[in-house]
Amino acid sequence: MSGLRFLLDGAIVEMADVDPTATLLDHLRYRMGRTGTKEGCAEGDCGACTVLAGTLNGDAINWRAVNACILFLPMLHGKALMTVESLGSDKALNPLQACMAANGSSQCGFCTPGFVMSLQGRCIGASGHDLPVADILAGNLCRCTGYGPILEAAEAIPSLPQDDSATISALKALASDETLSGSHGDRRWFIPRTTAALADLLSAHPDARLVAGATDVGLWVTKGLRTLETLIFIGDVAELQQMDESPDGLTIGAGVRYADAHAAFARLHPDMGELVRRIGGLQVRNAGTVGGNIANGSPIGDGPPALIALDATLTLRSAMGRRTMPLEDYFLGYGQQDRRPFEFVESLFVPRPAPTDIILIGKLSRRFDSDISAVCGAISLRMDGDRIADARIAFGGMAATPHRAAACEATLIGKLISEAAIDSAIAALAEDYSPLSDVRGSSAYRMEAAASLFRRLWHRESGVAISLLALEPEHG
Amino acid sequence: MAERDPVWPVLSKPSNPHDSAPLHVSGLARYADDLPEPAAMLHLAFGQSSHAHARITAVDLSAVRAAPGVVAVYTAADIPGANDVSPVAGDDRLLADGEVLFVGQPIFLVAATSQRAARRAARLGKIDYAPLPAHLTVEQARAAASLIEPTQHMARGDADAALQTAPLRLTGGFDMGGQDHFYLEGQVAVATPGEDGQMHLLCSTQHPSEVQHLVAHMLHCSSADVMVEVRRMGGAFGGKETQAALFAAAAALVAHKTGRPAKFRCDRDDDMVMTGKRHDFRVDYEAGFDAAGHVLALKLRLASRCGATVDLSPAINDRAMFHADNCYHLPDIEIASERLKTHMVSATAFRGFGGPQGMLAIERIMDDVAAHLGVDPLAVRIANLYGPGRDVTPYGMTITDNIAPQLIDRLRTDSRYDARREAIAAFNAANPVLKKGIALTPVRFGISFTTTHLNQAGALVHVYADGSIQINHGGTEMGQGLYIKVAQVVADVFALPVGQVRITATRTDKVPNTSATAASSGADLNGMAAYNAAMTIRDRLTAFAARSFGCEEVAVLFTPDGVQIGSECLDFGTLCRKAHMGRISLSSTGYYATPDIAYDRATHKGRPFYYFAYGAAVAEVAIDTLTGEHKVLAVDILHDVGKSLNPIIDIGQIEGGFLQGQGWLTTEELVWDDKGRLLTHSPATYKIPTASDRPRHLSIRLWDGENVQPTINRSKAVGEPPFMLANSVFSALNQAIAATAPDKRSLPPLDAPATPERILHAIASHRAA
Repeated sequence: MSGLRFLLDGAIVEMADVDPTATLLDHLRYRMGRTGTKEGCAEGDCGACTVLAGTLNGDAINWRAVNACILFLPMLHGKALMTVESLGSDKALNPLQACMAANGSSQCGFCTPGFVMSLQGRCIGASGHDLPVADILAGNLCRCTGYGPILEAAEAIPSLPQDDSATISALKALASDETLSGSHGDRRWFIPRTTAALADLLSAHPDARLVAGATDVGLWVTKGLRTLETLIFIGDVAELQQMDESPDGLTIGAGVRYADAHAAFARLHPDMGELVRRIGGLQVRNAGTVGGNIANGSPIGDGPPALIALDATLTLRSAMGRRTMPLEDYFLGYGQQDRRPFEFVESLFVPRPAPTDIILIGKLSRRFDSDISAVCGAISLRMDGDRIADARIAFGGMAATPHRAAACEATLIGKLISEAAIDSAIAALAEDYSPLSDVRGSSAYRMEAAASLFRRLWHRESGVAISLLALEPEHG
Repeated sequence: MAERDPVWPVLSKPSNPHDSAPLHVSGLARYADDLPEPAAMLHLAFGQSSHAHARITAVDLSAVRAAPGVVAVYTAADIPGANDVSPVAGDDRLLADGEVLFVGQPIFLVAATSQRAARRAARLGKIDYAPLPAHLTVEQARAAASLIEPTQHMARGDADAALQTAPLRLTGGFDMGGQDHFYLEGQVAVATPGEDGQMHLLCSTQHPSEVQHLVAHMLHCSSADVMVEVRRMGGAFGGKETQAALFAAAAALVAHKTGRPAKFRCDRDDDMVMTGKRHDFRVDYEAGFDAAGHVLALKLRLASRCGATVDLSPAINDRAMFHADNCYHLPDIEIASERLKTHMVSATAFRGFGGPQGMLAIERIMDDVAAHLGVDPLAVRIANLYGPGRDVTPYGMTITDNIAPQLIDRLRTDSRYDARREAIAAFNAANPVLKKGIALTPVRFGISFTTTHLNQAGALVHVYADGSIQINHGGTEMGQGLYIKVAQVVADVFALPVGQVRITATRTDKVPNTSATAASSGADLNGMAAYNAAMTIRDRLTAFAARSFGCEEVAVLFTPDGVQIGSECLDFGTLCRKAHMGRISLSSTGYYATPDIAYDRATHKGRPFYYFAYGAAVAEVAIDTLTGEHKVLAVDILHDVGKSLNPIIDIGQIEGGFLQGQGWLTTEELVWDDKGRLLTHSPATYKIPTASDRPRHLSIRLWDGENVQPTINRSKAVGEPPFMLANSVFSALNQAIAATAPDKRSLPPLDAPATPERILHAIASHRAA
């Protein structure tokens, strides 16, 4: 197989003997001399390294803002790349850059290229561009400006022309259906294109590390300084990118990025859409996948509690076939999941809630945007008339795994929704969870925060305003 | 008085965007890590202490030396000169020598062929420790009488007696957290060895002269052998005032030892663990007041955790005392300021430099008095303002520029404070879950380094024979727009477009013995020094032109259309060429020292400040009483920058400072465990504000007025004062929490930062009170 290739400013960049966990950021800065892209944190939280990566999608190109600091070079294979240097020089700024320069959008300037690239993505219709500007910028931190002059520039320049025809032709020439593989010393890496090829590779390399968006694994390398021996990059497996919405529910391939699933989740339930909006910044949702968020088994992943409450089922795949299980059964214990070495997460099915279901999903964190939950919970009540026929309640951040609140659920079944019923459910929470105290909150706070979601549900059903984010000032 | 009698025009300066803005947005602005690396470049990492306080009993670095890519490993024994990277006290070690004082303290230094190789190897050191008692909390340090210097007292009158006679009394206290600077560009330094023992350092520092001097001592060479250069920093906020020296010294040591260029680019998590932060404070107070809300007596105890070494903590804690009156006349007052030595990374300078902590303390006391009286806190604030006949501060300085009353009044009207307060009361009555609060808080911030000798600056202006100009001065650019402000000053001296002035990197070989760019002083000091340098050249040109053209000097005018010389008009470049041919020096230094300030630290009396900068903000917030979440809904700011040197730059400082202050008081929480390990050492766990945390409604207006002191263009310093406008957010949050039990005559016990957990706790306590 030939080496890795990607497209940069119209030219093909070929790389031989690639360290499979070398980051795009380091490659740009220290190999290519493109130092406009900055390292602010090397963990995908600050956005100073934001670049646009373009993937061929039929006859079009999907641009996405991503963090170069946790993007491994093989993940860029067959894609187009735009960095801040691609836009314009200081003597020939593009309209967005010119507006930002004139408007005081930069002070120290270090985060600025990242903001430019996030907003350039918005201007050319990149993934997630239909969100409000502040949401698009949730993954870009600025410590100097207070953001106002950046938001103003964004409002002034909402779109820019973009001619991708040459890029599309060039990407088509790079396209391939074959598995790409390479080695770097003793370390091996693979880029399969089909689930069958992926299944075979996993059978041959059961100890291989699967990498989808690298929003988690990236930190093992940049912060944990780990050396990963064998890697299989699954971002180019087309079958894992499938998404199917039907009246029954939503089927999501494990490789679907959160940004691409956002709208479909919001159509399942508005709270689910709001939850997804608050998972990472856009760059993280543009890389991180629904499947990865489940497969890594984190006790604080935001997807699983809600998906468990919504009764999602998970399909695992291997060369021997498929296995389907309720999502809640996948999480066995801290760091332990019901996935055999040769299996991979293939897809997820989330049944569509009934119109009469009462659902509340809540995430509590220090900061609304791009923060890790102290507690993330979901309450789903199936109603039979006025009575609760079934209850599915799950929390993350309350135990070693995301899991259901069985005792709490039991108190609710058969009840009318009332303050007394809510109180008894809250009282039962102590039987279901005994959370730890850590950096995100004390045990007592976590219990109180979990209880608050029940009270929030009660107030909402009683018609009381509960949405802080919907409030307007008394300013007029 | 100033060296030059200040008879210069006060101009309406243009809103020139940041000089580097086109470079910023195109990614072409070069930071220290952006220059091409020579092939021989070495990359560095520290081996760090895992103990808060311990004696080092054995060090085995064999695995470090054997690790791939490692070229050299150094310990304290390898340092040729002074093992010191401290600003004042001589107590910050480059590499630990026998004892470690905090988790993360550097013990050994690895030089390797890549940053990753250095970082990996640095984790392989085997250090044996004999643990010593670690004082981590305020209580532990107090119990051990662990202090970096004796407790300082600032007092006027007889607070005890006045407390006894006051009609009403209250006691209270609260905690406020520290703050990580979170400059987007982490600490970085590149050392390049020169010939004959010289060393060049490209460094991200606010204090190039200090780095120069420390590196010279460390290498046992002279200051003249070391040159430090700073073109720009990717943010600093005080975090690169003293903290950059550690990394610069490490790079210089390796370059000196190996003869190879060496770069220390610190990883974000290591940076957050190893470098100092804003001091957290414990505040306790006892106040006597009357029914009208006048604070008659105050005993205030401020305790800060200074960390393991002195750093700048004495001056920072002094400034907390200086600002514990804010805008208020406190007749009988006694402030005790405890500077606790704790086994944590030394706390350091951060925008406001103790001022925010002192000011938040008195604002909380105002809120507390109002809560006890059941009145609008704004009424209490206004009742206590400085005014005629009550205009002397606790440190004995008479305030001659007080505009707080007028400024507050204007903002109160413009923001419709009273009507909104009523509307909020109605909202709160109608809403059981969501509660709103509103507050107006003022700011009065003293301008000058309180260490008097630091209030000096130098500049160097070259005019070339083609009429182009280079400007250099001792101030550093960290994003605050200092360079463009000073360039504008120089351009205006010659009536030239600012684009004709080439701004150059701050270098210790151009202007020596500079002070840190800190204390908001950059434009005041360097602007005036540059003005003086430019005026020297202009005076020479004027004399030459008058002589050459046979006219009076008063007939020589520098105008935007050229230099008017009697009836002739010459292009500036033509005049410069002629002057050069006429053997006139077109280069000059300039110098400025702030006049009229003097302070006796032994008695805490004197005039530490040249003038005060004022401001006020109204914040409207909402909380979710179920979850403790909050949202800042609207903020209106009226701020005093005197006659602005550059309105767009000043407004940028105000907005950025405000939001940074909001972060300090809301989302930014530093958490240490009981072993002294910082748990919030990355942006995953330490949360600065994002774009959506900016209040949706945010208006910023500049107060229309001039500095009463003859500063450059009658402007005022702007870097730090706006930070404290965010105190309004904290007060408004208190109001919202109080609305959960509106009839209680007490202040909810809210500590800062107001995380959801703390707000929930304050709600529960307030309801139970």
